[in-house]
Amino acid sequence: MNSSSGVQKRSVRTFAMAGMILIFIAYMFPFLMVVINSLKQKRDIIKSPFSWLFTVKGLSFDNFVKAFNQMDFLNAIKNSLIITVSATAIVTILAAMLAYFIVRNNNMLTRIIFALMVASMIIPFQAIMIPLVSIYGGTLNLLNHRLTLIFMHVGFSMSMTVFMFHGFIRGSVPIALEEAAYLDGCTHTQTFFKIVFPLLKPIMSTTLILNALAFWNDFLLPSLVLTDKKLLTLPLSTYSFYGTYSADYGTIMAGLLLCVVPLLILYIALQKQIINGVVAGAVK
Amino acid sequence: MNTKRKGKDFCIFALPGLFCFLAVVIVPFLYGVYLTLTDWNGVSSVKNFVGLKNFAAMAKDAQFWSSLVLTFKYVIAVVVLVNVLAFLIAYLLTRGFKGQNFFRAGFFTPNLIGGIVLGYIWQFVFSRVFVSIGEATDWNLFEISWLSKPNTAFAAMVLVTVWQLSGYMILIYVAGFTGLDTEVMEAASIDGASGWKKMKNIILPLMMPSITICLFLTLSRAFMVYDVNLSLTGGAPYGSTEMAAMHVYEKAFTSRQFGTGQAEAIVLFLIVACISGIQVYITKKKEVAA
Repeated sequence: MNSSSGVQKRSVRTFAMAGMILIFIAYMFPFLMVVINSLKQKRDIIKSPFSWLFTVKGLSFDNFVKAFNQMDFLNAIKNSLIITVSATAIVTILAAMLAYFIVRNNNMLTRIIFALMVASMIIPFQAIMIPLVSIYGGTLNLLNHRLTLIFMHVGFSMSMTVFMFHGFIRGSVPIALEEAAYLDGCTHTQTFFKIVFPLLKPIMSTTLILNALAFWNDFLLPSLVLTDKKLLTLPLSTYSFYGTYSADYGTIMAGLLLCVVPLLILYIALQKQIINGVVAGAVK
Repeated sequence: MNTKRKGKDFCIFALPGLFCFLAVVIVPFLYGVYLTLTDWNGVSSVKNFVGLKNFAAMAKDAQFWSSLVLTFKYVIAVVVLVNVLAFLIAYLLTRGFKGQNFFRAGFFTPNLIGGIVLGYIWQFVFSRVFVSIGEATDWNLFEISWLSKPNTAFAAMVLVTVWQLSGYMILIYVAGFTGLDTEVMEAASIDGASGWKKMKNIILPLMMPSITICLFLTLSRAFMVYDVNLSLTGGAPYGSTEMAAMHVYEKAFTSRQFGTGQAEAIVLFLIVACISGIQVYITKKKEVAA
């Protein structure tokens, strides 16, 4: 009895494993197609997109060279990096300070600010984008600057980031440490940066990852703010590149792969932190 | 002295972050409500007050309503499929076989990549790879590109979204399953609960917190879909796959009817807010303490 149920359990497990591998291959199939076809020429892709065998023109890295140049890849990566890194850094510091202020000064004003921020998280970007363009494009004429985009990224991610810091500071930053610092003659600013800020590391890894991913991949907001070719971020330059070369499959596949590879490398290096960060961010 | 110091602290700690938030979210939001009452065309400096005319124009905008109906169908299909699939995969993944972390990380990969790139990858898969399969096997389903007919293009949108979002929801469901109390599970088994009974009476109620989160995330993401819509189908063929968020964009920035576009955006926001609110209220009520 016991052993037969053990056998049954094991066969269920094998079955589940086999099913899982099949599902997994199906999930990875599109990426596999990109990798395979990025090395092939158009005629061979149309003839058969499935393998590296039987190509007429052979395999080469020509597509990559072409995509790299046509997308202005280095420039796009540079723009994306500048925007993602600065926006992430700024929102982290400002949100941590704001959340700290709200937690340590519990009064009518801070309660209203916090409630407003939490409520605003439900507003989708599409409900704001038209007036946003109207104000910053029309009245203030600030579009086509990286700084404007950074400022907007910071503003849009502020409420979520404050919300996460708020929960963490209230739950796990003991006020006794700060009181000791004040007794030693520290100012509020010194106390915050020397005592409190380092204690926020656990939650900071979550907010850093969530914000950086969102900024790096964002398309709609940057497309409204940046139109100057020199300033395009990676998603924007992918979009304009695709518009021009959509029939040139090999080059397109190479270009898409170029966009994916930096993220994959980072993902392999920081897999554990990214997954934990995303789960923690969703559950809070 | 104390209030003066409080004021200084407020300026240093709270004001910079608060300013960004107000300037980018709250002011444009309020200004947007005002815009719905004007006839602004995006260029001129004159805005005439037109009362509720934009809402009347919205009521007559047949394409807006058809995009809204389409979005509803899409949201229902996506929410159901994503959550069922992710729940099942997460359940299998937590049955204790090797490589659980590897699979989990792999399934999540599409969520690292922006919707624009994903849409283009799939456009290639639908228009070249699947068609090649159709040619090689005479399989009717794949003979012509899914993206060339309204119904199959809609199915393509759903498929790509399910593929992307389920990886994210798998993470949350896996966290939920690993958090289940093993003692409760063992007690249930000893009491003779097994299979479907155990799933329905023990596991599902205990998983309600994860389900609340996943439903909320899939609902709000599916309603506001734009990137994948733009890069996968671009609304084609003949605008038949244009979802609500894309319609709002087109209305404002292509047709230059900013007032009407904003009115539609506000209505969309109210619909999403109500539906997510109701969903969270209902599923929260079903949560139980272990």
